[in-house]
Amino acid sequence: MKKYTYTEKKDTRSGFGAGLHEAGKRNENVVALCADLVGSLKMDAFIKDFPERFVQVGIAEANMMGIAAGLTINGKIPFTGTFANFSTGRVYDQIRQSIAYSNKNVKICASHAGLTLGEDGATHQILEDIGLMKMLPGMVVINPCDYNQTKAATLAIMEYEGPVYLRFGRPVIPVFTPEDQKFEIGKAWMVNEGTDVTIIATGHMVWRAIEAGEKLAELGIDAEIINIHTIKPLDEEAILKSVKKTGCVVTCEEHNKFGGLGESVARLLTTTYLAPQEFVAVNDSFGESATPDQLMTKYKLDPSDIVAAAQKVMKRKV
Amino acid sequence: MKHSISELEDIASQVRRDCLRMVHAVQSGHPGASLGCADFFTALYFEVLNHNPKFSMEGVGEDLFFLSNGHISPVWYSVLARSGYFEVSELATFRKLDSRLQGHPTTHEGLPGVRIASGSLGQGLSVAIGAALAKKIDGDKGLVYALMGDGELQEGQNWEALMFAPFHKVDNLIASVDYNGQQIDGPTEKVLSLENLQAKFEAFGWHVITSDGNDMAEITKALHYAKSLTGKGKPILNLMSTQMGYGVDFMVGTHKWHGSAPSDAQLETALGQLKETAGDY
Repeated sequence: MKKYTYTEKKDTRSGFGAGLHEAGKRNENVVALCADLVGSLKMDAFIKDFPERFVQVGIAEANMMGIAAGLTINGKIPFTGTFANFSTGRVYDQIRQSIAYSNKNVKICASHAGLTLGEDGATHQILEDIGLMKMLPGMVVINPCDYNQTKAATLAIMEYEGPVYLRFGRPVIPVFTPEDQKFEIGKAWMVNEGTDVTIIATGHMVWRAIEAGEKLAELGIDAEIINIHTIKPLDEEAILKSVKKTGCVVTCEEHNKFGGLGESVARLLTTTYLAPQEFVAVNDSFGESATPDQLMTKYKLDPSDIVAAAQKVMKRKV
Repeated sequence: MKHSISELEDIASQVRRDCLRMVHAVQSGHPGASLGCADFFTALYFEVLNHNPKFSMEGVGEDLFFLSNGHISPVWYSVLARSGYFEVSELATFRKLDSRLQGHPTTHEGLPGVRIASGSLGQGLSVAIGAALAKKIDGDKGLVYALMGDGELQEGQNWEALMFAPFHKVDNLIASVDYNGQQIDGPTEKVLSLENLQAKFEAFGWHVITSDGNDMAEITKALHYAKSLTGKGKPILNLMSTQMGYGVDFMVGTHKWHGSAPSDAQLETALGQLKETAGDY
């Protein structure tokens, strides 16, 4: 282990802001919309340089999704920005009919996903959004793991034709992926090769999986760590290749255990290659107010929870 | 004028026949407001809209139309077919397996003329605003038209959109409301009253005009007038009075034909009241 280190901490939403600004420079069809959360979504640089391509819609997310769908018709590439809760559950039918079913090239960019939103509490901490979005036919679902990956993902979805859900978060966390990485939608990133257990993680849980891997190494367990940034379409080949080698898997996500990455992996394994799996995820619960770290501990999303899950799943190997 | 008023009335009569025959054939669909809006659609597509039936999704330089109350798909499909977007014979596939003419309009099956799915109500005005903004960004002089039902205005998203468009000076947009006063469960004033719609729209900052949507001369004139009001800093709202079921005596003015199909005998009676002017499909 010790393959990855970090020198600084940044928030993934700033990666989005930087990516959006760069996207605006690269393609004049890129437009951005926001529902009264410009600062939270780090859209300031884009707005400063491209004011004519920014639409402030006010606190009206349903209207924002519809306007975004309409903007695509003349070939615009709209990026909508608000919190994950208001990007999905609040506007599910607008996304379903006007974007997904209509196959519109809208990029739904969602910050403050999961428990790490912190003190605002459960009204704002959506833990169901991956499930909601992955169930929509044709929707691409991406949950990058750090600043650099979020920036790269933002640029990659600009190039992709079709609806995308891009999920990121509020807290500052380690930056550990390469600055110049090539982001391939639907392609897993091998974080660390190992032989004893496959740990599959997405979003903020990837760094925690790396920390867990270091603890497992101290215990003599050689964990393979895979970053699944694209939950849909899932990189089935990479997952199967790893699980066939290790014989067991732990999935890690800052999301309800129902409907998330873990269930996508379980569906893959039950239909192709049976292997025991443990879920590190929120146990069908809403969140609450506290600091992000306190919440990650209480809801069992810490590196120690990943270590325990790895030990447990290895005992179930046949 | 591309057509005389009587020519447009003849087209609308054929469109009404199409609507009834489509709904009758599959014993499902929404004839009431389809009949009520036949004059509007005919005036729009045959007289007012700058459009190309050799359809492109982008419609660069063209006027675009968005239907928010997608359940009146029969009248839109008929007018699209009759103005050359696809063969009139395809109307016979309405609501049948593997058809491009889905119960509610969609882009999913690639039907020419349709740019967004609609059916779940209250979403069309937002989409039309987005398309209008895109035209403004591109310096595209084409206009954007939208039609909403009046009952549909009970959906909150409309009011988000109604607030947005005047504030952002979306003045290349002409939205019409099919003001027939009826919805599935009864008259709108009994289900959830819309109260003074004109005052509400004006308070939100729209330039409101009123029209009789079942008088071909008047609706044509109103749409031309609406066009003359574009580019002056305000979106335009055409509050268009219609009667559900207009053109068939036993269907007119009641919500009972909102989503019910006529029987064989009722179809025969109804068709007897509507001149076949361009050949049934």
